[in-house]
Amino acid sequence: MQKAVIQLETLACPSCVQKIESAVKGLDGVEQNSVKILFNASKVKLNFDGDKLAIADIETAIEKLGYEVLKSKVKSA
Amino acid sequence: MQRYILRKKNSITLISAILIVFAFFGRFALDNIVIFNGALMIASVLGAAPIAIQAVQSLKVRVVSIDVLVTIAVVGAMLIRNFEESAIVTFLFLFGTWLEQRTLNKTRSAIKELTEMAPESAWKQMENGEFAEVDIDDVDEGDLLLVKTGAKVPVDGTVISGEGHVNEASITGESVPVGKKEGSQVFAGTILENGTIQIQADRIGEDTTFGKIIELVEEAQDSKSETERFIDRFSKYYTPAVLILGVIVWLFTKDVELAITILVLGCPGALVIGVPVSNVAGIGNGARNGVLLKGSEIITNFSKVDTIVFDKTGTLTAGNPEVAEQEYYGEISGKVLGYLASVERESDHPLAKAVVEHIGKTKLYKVEETEVVKGGGIVAKVDGHRIAVGNVALMEREHVKLSEKTKKDIEHFEQNGNSLVLTAIDGELKILMGIRDQVRPGVKQDLAKLKNLGVKNLVVLSGDNQGTVDIIARELGLTEAHGHMFPEDKADYIKKLQEQGQIVAFVGDGVNDSPSLALADIGIAMGSGTDVAIETSDVVLMNSALSRLPHVLGLAKATARNMKQNIFIAVGVVFVLLAGLLFSEWVNMTVGMLVHEASILAVILNGMRLLTYRLKGKDSNQMRPEMTHSSKAA
Repeated sequence: MQKAVIQLETLACPSCVQKIESAVKGLDGVEQNSVKILFNASKVKLNFDGDKLAIADIETAIEKLGYEVLKSKVKSA
Repeated sequence: MQRYILRKKNSITLISAILIVFAFFGRFALDNIVIFNGALMIASVLGAAPIAIQAVQSLKVRVVSIDVLVTIAVVGAMLIRNFEESAIVTFLFLFGTWLEQRTLNKTRSAIKELTEMAPESAWKQMENGEFAEVDIDDVDEGDLLLVKTGAKVPVDGTVISGEGHVNEASITGESVPVGKKEGSQVFAGTILENGTIQIQADRIGEDTTFGKIIELVEEAQDSKSETERFIDRFSKYYTPAVLILGVIVWLFTKDVELAITILVLGCPGALVIGVPVSNVAGIGNGARNGVLLKGSEIITNFSKVDTIVFDKTGTLTAGNPEVAEQEYYGEISGKVLGYLASVERESDHPLAKAVVEHIGKTKLYKVEETEVVKGGGIVAKVDGHRIAVGNVALMEREHVKLSEKTKKDIEHFEQNGNSLVLTAIDGELKILMGIRDQVRPGVKQDLAKLKNLGVKNLVVLSGDNQGTVDIIARELGLTEAHGHMFPEDKADYIKKLQEQGQIVAFVGDGVNDSPSLALADIGIAMGSGTDVAIETSDVVLMNSALSRLPHVLGLAKATARNMKQNIFIAVGVVFVLLAGLLFSEWVNMTVGMLVHEASILAVILNGMRLLTYRLKGKDSNQMRPEMTHSSKAA
C-alpha cells in the first residue's frame, strides 16, 4: 500500500469534492475508505496499491475532470 | 480541447461580458436586432461551453452538480430563443465562480500563511563533507544540516554545534527569541535570528511538530459537524430533486421559461458553501493567534460551554512562591537575617529560595554542622549560634516555645494560604514568614472576561491543600475550588458535572491529565507544542498563555453565530426567490442567477469578517503588557 497526498489548484465549489471523490474511488487499486478530499486545503489524500496503478493514473483521472494537479507526494505506508 | 476550454474560463468570462455589452449597444444605439441576437447567441454558446463540460464530467461520475442544472437551463433558454437570458445567466454564473474563488482564497489566507511557513530547502552535509543546498524532500533522519542566520530550521533536530537565537512564533505563537546551544532541541519552521548552528535531523516533514500542526489545521478546517454532514446529505438529493421538479413543471405547464427558471433558482450554492466558509475563517483566525481549534464540531460545542475547569493552581498562579507576609519577635539585628540567608542558601527547596530572594543582599556567615530534617527544615550552627529554620513541627522538635500571639499569627498566616517558615536562634523564635504563590498578572481580568462571555462556573481542581486553593479561588472569584485532587478524582468530578447536563471545558497541560482532557466536552491543552497536548485535546493554546482563552471563546461563539447566519441567508434567499416566482412577476432566470450569486458572495463576505475578529474591549487578545515589553526587547 502506498500513501499519496495530491495538491490541487484551489477548489471553489463543494460539488468539485463530490466529483473528485467519485472519480478517484472509481479507480481500481484505490483503497475506498482512505480517500479524503480536503476542500479548503485543496488536497486529496488516499492510499493505493502500487502494483495495480501508478500515481500518474490517479493524477490523470483528476485532471480529466478539469482540476489541475500542482504537486503530489507518495510514501510507502 | 476540454481542458483548454476549462483553462480559458476567465478569458471566456471576459469575452462574454464584452459581447453582452456589444449586443446591447447594437440594439439601443444602432437599433439592430440582428447584431443583438447574434452577439448574445455567441456569448451564450461560448459561456455555456465550460459549464457544459463540467456538467458532463460530473454526470459521468453520477453526481448531479449545479453545473448540470445551469447547463439544462441555458440550453432550454436557447431553444426558446431567449438569447438575452441565456447569455446573461452564463456570464453571471462564470463571473460568480471567479469571484467566489477569489474571495474564498481570502478566507483561506490565514491558514495559507501558516502552511507557507513550511521550510522548502536545507543545507545538508554531503558525502565529501561540504554543505550543499537540497530540496527538503531529500533530507533524511540523521542527516547533518547547517542553518544560517535568517534561515528557517528545516527539521526537528538537535543542535550539534554552534549557538544562536531562534524565533519560535510558528510553533508557540510567541515571538520572543529563544537561545539555543549544543544539545538544544530546535523545531522545523522556526527562524534562526542570529548565529549559525549545525543540527542533526531527528524528525522530518510531516513528522515534525510543525508538520503535525499544519496537518491538524488542514484537517480541522475540513472536519464536518453534524449540521454540515446533514447539509451534505441534503444537497446530494436536493439538486436531483430540483431537476425532477423542473421536469414535472414543464410536463404540466408546457412552460419552458418557468421550468428553467426553477432550475436556476434551485441552485444550492450558498447553502453548501456557507458553513465551510465560516469554519475556515474562524480556524484561520485562531491559527494566526497561536490557537488550534480542531474543527467545526468543537467550535459549536465550545461556544455553548457552561463550566471551565482548570487542572491546577499552577495554571492560574506564577508557579514561583514568594514571601508575602512576615512577623518579627523580639529584637532583630541585621545579623539574624544574615544567619537565615546563610542557612537557606544551602537548600534548593522552593521555600528556601523564596526566603533567600526576599532577604536579598546581606552579610553571609559560615554554616557548620548542617542537618536536614525531613519534613521539617534545616538545623545548623552559624557564628556560634544554633539556627533552626523550618515549619512548626521542627520548632516543636527543637523545643522552641510559641507564645499565644505567635500561635495567632500562625493561624492567621495559614488562613491567608501561606506556607510557613519559622526561624529560631538558640531555641528562641525570631521570625515567622508566610510564603505563597502569586496569581499570574492578568489572570483575574481574563477570568472576568470569560464570565462576561457567559461562562457560568469557573472551577479549579488542584493537588494542593484546600487552604491554598481557597485563597486563590477567593482572590480570582472562582465559583468552586477543590484541593487534594488526584487525576482520577478530577475525571470523576468532570463526569459528575456532565451528568448534571453541563458542557464542560477542561484546561490542562495535557501531560498528566489526559483522562480529564479526553473526558471533557472540550479538552483545552496549554502546551508549548508538545505532541501529547496537540493530539489528545480539542483546542490547543500553543504557548502557555491563558490570556488567549477569552479570545478563543469569543471566537468560537462568533464563528458558531456566523455559521447560523450563513444558513439563514442561504435558506432565506431560496424561500424569497420561490415566493417571488409563485406570487409575483419580478423573478426570472436572470434575476434568479443574480440573487443566487449574490447570496454566495454574501455568505463568503460574512465568513471573512471572522478573520479580523477581536474580542471587544482593550487589551483584548495578545497584547499583554509583559509581552509587549519583551517583543520590544527583541
